[in-house]
Amino acid sequence: MALFARAPIAPLEYSRTLWMRLWVGAVMVFLYAPLVVLMVFSFNDSKRNVVWRGFTTKYYEKALGNDQLVEALINSLTIAALATLASLVLGTLAAVMLWRFRFPWKGAIDGTISLPIIVPEICLGVAFLMFFAAVGWPTDLVWPFNLGAITIAHITFCFPFVTMVVRSRLASFNREQEEAAKDLGASEAQVFRDVLIPHIKPALVAGALLAFTLSLDDFVITYFTSGPDTITFPVKVYSMVRFSVTPEVNAASTLLIILTVVLTFIALKAQGVKAIAETH
Amino acid sequence: MAEQDWKTSKRTFAAVSLPTLFWVLLFFLVPMAIVWLYSFGENRGLTDIDISGTLDNYKRATEWLYLTIFGKSFAVAALVTLICLIVGFPVAMAITFASEKWRPWLLLGIMLPFWTNLLIRTYALMMLLGTQGFANKGLGALWEGTSWIKTLVGLQPLPTWEPVQLLFNNFAVVFGLVYVHLPFMVLPLYAALDRLDRSLIEASLDLGAGHFRTIMRIVVPLAAPGIIAGVMITLIPALGAYLTPDLMGGTDSQMIANVIERQFKKANDWPFGAALSFLLIYAMFILIAIQSMRKKVPEVR
Repeated sequence: MALFARAPIAPLEYSRTLWMRLWVGAVMVFLYAPLVVLMVFSFNDSKRNVVWRGFTTKYYEKALGNDQLVEALINSLTIAALATLASLVLGTLAAVMLWRFRFPWKGAIDGTISLPIIVPEICLGVAFLMFFAAVGWPTDLVWPFNLGAITIAHITFCFPFVTMVVRSRLASFNREQEEAAKDLGASEAQVFRDVLIPHIKPALVAGALLAFTLSLDDFVITYFTSGPDTITFPVKVYSMVRFSVTPEVNAASTLLIILTVVLTFIALKAQGVKAIAETH
Repeated sequence: MAEQDWKTSKRTFAAVSLPTLFWVLLFFLVPMAIVWLYSFGENRGLTDIDISGTLDNYKRATEWLYLTIFGKSFAVAALVTLICLIVGFPVAMAITFASEKWRPWLLLGIMLPFWTNLLIRTYALMMLLGTQGFANKGLGALWEGTSWIKTLVGLQPLPTWEPVQLLFNNFAVVFGLVYVHLPFMVLPLYAALDRLDRSLIEASLDLGAGHFRTIMRIVVPLAAPGIIAGVMITLIPALGAYLTPDLMGGTDSQMIANVIERQFKKANDWPFGAALSFLLIYAMFILIAIQSMRKKVPEVR
């Protein structure tokens, strides 16, 4: 009788009505089924990746033994780490500038900073291709300096997102705290470090996660800025997908999905689901 | 407290503003300016480009072939946005009215695919939609089932199942773009619905309006800014999409981004590619201008 003992559905409890549940369930299946199939089939002992032929981990060995793929993954992680660090610094500074100061041309500068979010990736990629060609950017540097061009491009499209997230968090900052700190003798730098930074920390975690995943995710802009020696993971996977659909791609993809999930959960552990969700 | 005038503490202002301004100028505005200048140039030899101020590239972009590609990109992006809105709105409603315990997890459920690599998601979809993939097998099973039921009631069975081509056509491009952009739509919709004053919905229901009418007459107008934000956030990247039409589309489903890419890789016609890029950027600006014009309408009334 447990079925009837439940509280009746209130008018506003839309999420408890049957058809809403079916709808949400169907959308979740739509979003996750392809990824689950991809992950399951990375263990499939079949070259053609169509019919299930038994469990194997040999494609993981193959993927991890593929020097180019591993190198591409290391490149991608290095670029993402560098771009995240730089984006956090630039993004936070920009957010503080726009939040705290009144200055000439503010509207135009504000708009220009968020422009890289709006400009289509393909146009940004083209712009960097032409820019690095025009300035004669050296392409024969040793690792990790050969990743410079890609990292610069990534910082440009990542830091506006950090600015956006940090700025919305700054809106809830009580300036009296800052004044109190100054009254008690704190310098400008101390206020920034000990009062402002702790307040915006959830936004920094969310912004870092966003920047890291955006950088790791990017294919189009990297495709235009990478040279033959600076292949990133998405560019490598792209060429593999174009060539043929093999379980090796599944294995490599599964590893990256797991990395994304782990990163997300680290961020969640640090800040809680709600804080991350709200800053998004 | 009001914003501080920059002159009152010039050193702090310089410390926070100069790095950003320098970066934006050097690594965003200068590259964009180069593209803009090149769009008025012409090819001289293989690598030599002469910026001669010619408008030929733009003239060429108005040829019928490129106009149809622009038109088609708009149509595909609009269709994708519409489907995302229809699919995403109930999801956003469900998240908004979910219990405290469930809401963060539902949100996470929507955000996790957004954080997953775009290329991997596209590839996963390609696996599923291939002629040997599960989508085809599922349709095949449905077909066999129908055939079996028909024989059961004494009718002729259906002809044997032929796998349908779900990949490498326009259907695949729209399906793939919806798959990729759905989280973009749901998140701003949720943000708008969450701010809604629930007593207004209750009042509407109390006064005898049905749920559907309440949603259309109360929820949708109040959530309009969020709906428009969701539409823009979906429409703009869908319009400039490169990867999905490239991997999942056929020869006739090229979108504008694919044509631009070709100018830089295979065709090696940088000035024309630059002109097309800037036309795409102008299209974005027009969309955003329309959006900000719409925003002002309620203030006038």
